[in-house]
Amino acid sequence: MSTFRQGLRIQLRVLHALMLREMLTRYGRHNVGFLWLFLEPMMFTLAVVALWTAVGMHKGVGISIVAFGITGYSTIMLWRNMPGRAIGAIPPNASLLTHRPVQMFDVFAARILLEAIGATVSFAVLSFGAWMLGLMHGPEDVLKVLGGWLLLAWFSFAISLWLGAASELSSIVYKLWAPVSYIFIPLSGAVFLVEALPPVGQEVVLLMPVVHCVELIRDGYFGSLFHAYYSIGYVLVFNTVLTLFAMAQLRSLSRKGLQP
Amino acid sequence: MITLRNVSKQYPTRGGMRTVLDDINLTIRHGEKLGILGRNGSGKSTLIRLIGGAEKPSSGTVTRGMRVSWPLALISGFGGSLSGRDSLRLVCRLYGVDYTDKVGFVLDFTELGRYFDEPVQSYSHGMMARLAFAVSMVIDFDCYLIDEVVAVGDATFTERCNHELFGQRGHKAMVIVSHSDAFIRQHCDHAAVLVDGRLHTFDTNDQAFDFYQASLQVTAA
Repeated sequence: MSTFRQGLRIQLRVLHALMLREMLTRYGRHNVGFLWLFLEPMMFTLAVVALWTAVGMHKGVGISIVAFGITGYSTIMLWRNMPGRAIGAIPPNASLLTHRPVQMFDVFAARILLEAIGATVSFAVLSFGAWMLGLMHGPEDVLKVLGGWLLLAWFSFAISLWLGAASELSSIVYKLWAPVSYIFIPLSGAVFLVEALPPVGQEVVLLMPVVHCVELIRDGYFGSLFHAYYSIGYVLVFNTVLTLFAMAQLRSLSRKGLQP
Repeated sequence: MITLRNVSKQYPTRGGMRTVLDDINLTIRHGEKLGILGRNGSGKSTLIRLIGGAEKPSSGTVTRGMRVSWPLALISGFGGSLSGRDSLRLVCRLYGVDYTDKVGFVLDFTELGRYFDEPVQSYSHGMMARLAFAVSMVIDFDCYLIDEVVAVGDATFTERCNHELFGQRGHKAMVIVSHSDAFIRQHCDHAAVLVDGRLHTFDTNDQAFDFYQASLQVTAA
């Protein structure tokens, strides 16, 4: 027990140190500095929501376009940005790995967690701000929102770790992630409600755990206005399997080590 | 004590797997000073990184019964936008050491003055080397890995490094990689030679240097 607790303490210490360093190297001390961490995803989401509002999407459905946009686009910021930071994370941090407390997992985790924090703060600030401004209602069920967001963060963490480790073993991952993730944006559930799809389409999109998470988050926000489709069990199983794959990939990478 | 048992390391190359280290057995005791000789590319740095734990062996085991330093280097590789102070803080955080106790020593050793709060990328080579060395001295280890470090720099710097390393920490174990005969002879109890991935350990420096010279002749012929 004590060695486990000691190990955990070292782990947290190292993660803390690496995250602080990451913030400094990435944002520096100039201008608004680390505020960019969540200003960046906020600006993305705001721009898209503004565009959708201007175009008048989903008019007459009864669901506020602001609520729809913020709950949708914020999730994209989570699952798309996290792997983006994990891929190629090792080479610029190679010198850190000469320090024995630092494991490859820590290097990935520091970047991924920082990105997750940025997306989460962005989502929280935007939805709270829009609520205060009367542009959308507050959540009907906060626990569902939280649960959906955490499940999605877990999924994003696992896939980031997997792709990050894989990207060191094969450079194809670098090339493929951008187009593949781009294709998944319209499929991810951010821009549609599952109930609006034909049954065949529903079956297909519900293969993706991200869709379940987005539906769960929206169910928490405005579940009384639509019928949400999700299975928490499916996401749990999917995430667990994905995490195991990620750990295996990371293990084989750290066995192989860095090329001198 | 540090023990390497049947340690091998392979890297994939275009022409198949390349064996850098082949079935290495090595023991480093408390206070022991071991020199490592070998031509460029013979795997000295890989060996050091394996001992330090930055690299894992392809097969075999490395057990560390003492606290081993990272391979001391001349550049602080934490990112150019970090200041000297940030770099020190980072290392202290990583190893769980109180940073406030260490600032005085680092400022004094590096003579960085106000540059201590400037980004490392604005440093001269000398400033960078002083910072990297001083930061390495902040954490207390039982065994120091020294990869060709102290031989570089101006006379004053070398002298101060020698004082910190071989004076203040003279009772610690050290593994030293160097091309300098004099440096190894001065600081090491004995030496080992890396040839074709195999490590030949000798009881004295003289034996090691004789063997090293002979191995160079063989490959040259």
